[in-house]
Amino acid sequence: MNQKFKKRSKSGTLPIYIVLTVASILSLFPFYWMFVMATRPSAAYNSIPPTLLPGTKLVENFQKVLDTIPFFQAMWNTILLCSVVTALVLLISSLAGYAFAKFQFPGKNFLFICILLTMVIPPQLGLIPQYYLVSQLGWLDTLLGAGVLFLLNPLGIFLMRQYISESVPDELMEAAKLDGCSNFRIFYSIVLPIIKPAFATLGIIVFTLVWGEFLWQFTVLRDPSSYTLQVALASLNNAFRVDFGMLLSGVFWATVPLIVIFLIFNRWFISSITEGSIK
Amino acid sequence: MENVHKRQQAKTAPKASKLSDKTKDMISGYLYVAPFFIIFGLIGLYPAVFSIVLAFQEWNGLGEMDFVGLRNFGVVLQDPLFWKSLYNTVIIGLMGTAPQLIVGIILAYFLNLAVIRFTNFFRVTIFMPYITSMVAVALVFGVFFSSNETALANYVIGLFGLDPVSWKTSEWGAKIAISLMVFWRWVGYNTIIYLAGLQSIPKDLYEAATIDGANKVQQFMHITVPLLKPFIILTVFMSTVGALQLFAEPTVFLGSSAFSRDEAMTVVMYLYRDAFNLGSFGTASATAVLLLIIIIGAAAINTWLTSGVGRKKKRGV
Repeated sequence: MNQKFKKRSKSGTLPIYIVLTVASILSLFPFYWMFVMATRPSAAYNSIPPTLLPGTKLVENFQKVLDTIPFFQAMWNTILLCSVVTALVLLISSLAGYAFAKFQFPGKNFLFICILLTMVIPPQLGLIPQYYLVSQLGWLDTLLGAGVLFLLNPLGIFLMRQYISESVPDELMEAAKLDGCSNFRIFYSIVLPIIKPAFATLGIIVFTLVWGEFLWQFTVLRDPSSYTLQVALASLNNAFRVDFGMLLSGVFWATVPLIVIFLIFNRWFISSITEGSIK
Repeated sequence: MENVHKRQQAKTAPKASKLSDKTKDMISGYLYVAPFFIIFGLIGLYPAVFSIVLAFQEWNGLGEMDFVGLRNFGVVLQDPLFWKSLYNTVIIGLMGTAPQLIVGIILAYFLNLAVIRFTNFFRVTIFMPYITSMVAVALVFGVFFSSNETALANYVIGLFGLDPVSWKTSEWGAKIAISLMVFWRWVGYNTIIYLAGLQSIPKDLYEAATIDGANKVQQFMHITVPLLKPFIILTVFMSTVGALQLFAEPTVFLGSSAFSRDEAMTVVMYLYRDAFNLGSFGTASATAVLLLIIIIGAAAINTWLTSGVGRKKKRGV
């Protein structure tokens, strides 16, 4: 009986493996195809049957990208933007999360509800005044202008409050207080080391959000020297006659760093999704 | 040991200092939440209020504002292009997200089966599209679904005996291509959320159901779906809000013709075009306010419908 059951469940899994394999292939194919096209001349695109094997134009296509957009400048701009914004959001969120989790002050609940409401406001509602504000400050075409909007991250406070109230024991804080620690001292020598995992989660969420965001960066950054990767890539598609080999070479080289980081830290990436959305 | 010692100290600590501790805590509390609220005031609340005010003004961003009452709303609501963009947004939203949620549940269910091996490999590959940026996805799909007769997408549908489609310039071609890229990028994300939901369902519920003679389909309908409900509501809510804000994919996919064609113009693109291509900040703000109302309405209705589905099923058990 037992053996029969085992046998049945094993043969029954074949269709499931087929479904999962097809899903994996469909998920990976655009990555592979992007690579193939990045190594082919644009004309390869017109061949029938379609080209599915890499060619020899990898370097040449990328050279064309470098001639068309300031690729490395844009890459640097993006990395700088993402890093600074992430660091600031971590600081702002953990401080506020610490306050909401561990301190009593009048109006606390009201302020926290305000933060929850902030999460519901769609970012486009304020787009025009935000653009106006940034232009009045002279921050158009600067990373300052591109980054300032991302400092507003209510989800970060929500996550940090949750994590701090669950993982930082009150006794530890009381003990530190009796030893004469100030609240800020407690924050950086007790709370910060404990919440490192939450930093990883929120850090990944913010970094990937800023890396991939388009509408705001596209609105604020008009000068090619200030382009971030997304805006620079999008501009590749605006030519009258688009060179597909070059276009996908740009996309490929802009995506490779992210894929490498993802493959190394994939567990953290995936858990950041569940923690970021479910808590 | 140390802890005990400190706790004893706590008991002997004088009351006066406790009170000042309270005040200190209060000051710290306000101080630590202040950075967020200053930023929120400047780039969250102020622009949101300004937007609503602006919706009742005529303004090109430079000169004086003119109060025009509800005229901006009238202009937008009488503009066929607004309705076309709303229609496009809803159609692309439905085609891009509804199948995604269903496929996501099925994939998550398979990945959660104890008999399946290599689940981590499948999980990582299925999730991978999510890490690519929307712009990258739109560009890759833009070549895949180019308007050339020899586009890879045309080759693929040719295998099924279908005629080539001009993907970027036809009514349904553009919508299908954009829906597919939304589907491709987000299905893994939803799978991961559902998988987390499935893993929170206790295994012994299934064991009990097996003993009671329930088959796999019955178990799925009567245990999995109801217990997964909070996760389904979450994804439906997020998909609804996200779909109504669609901007990057169609804009980048269509490239230079993005704001001059209407096959795939979304509400946010309509808003963007009004503000930054036509310089009409008043009507653009009116559109933003309308979009806010639409998003809140649609999210509320969809969330309500989703929780209703679960309830009916529960009654059926």
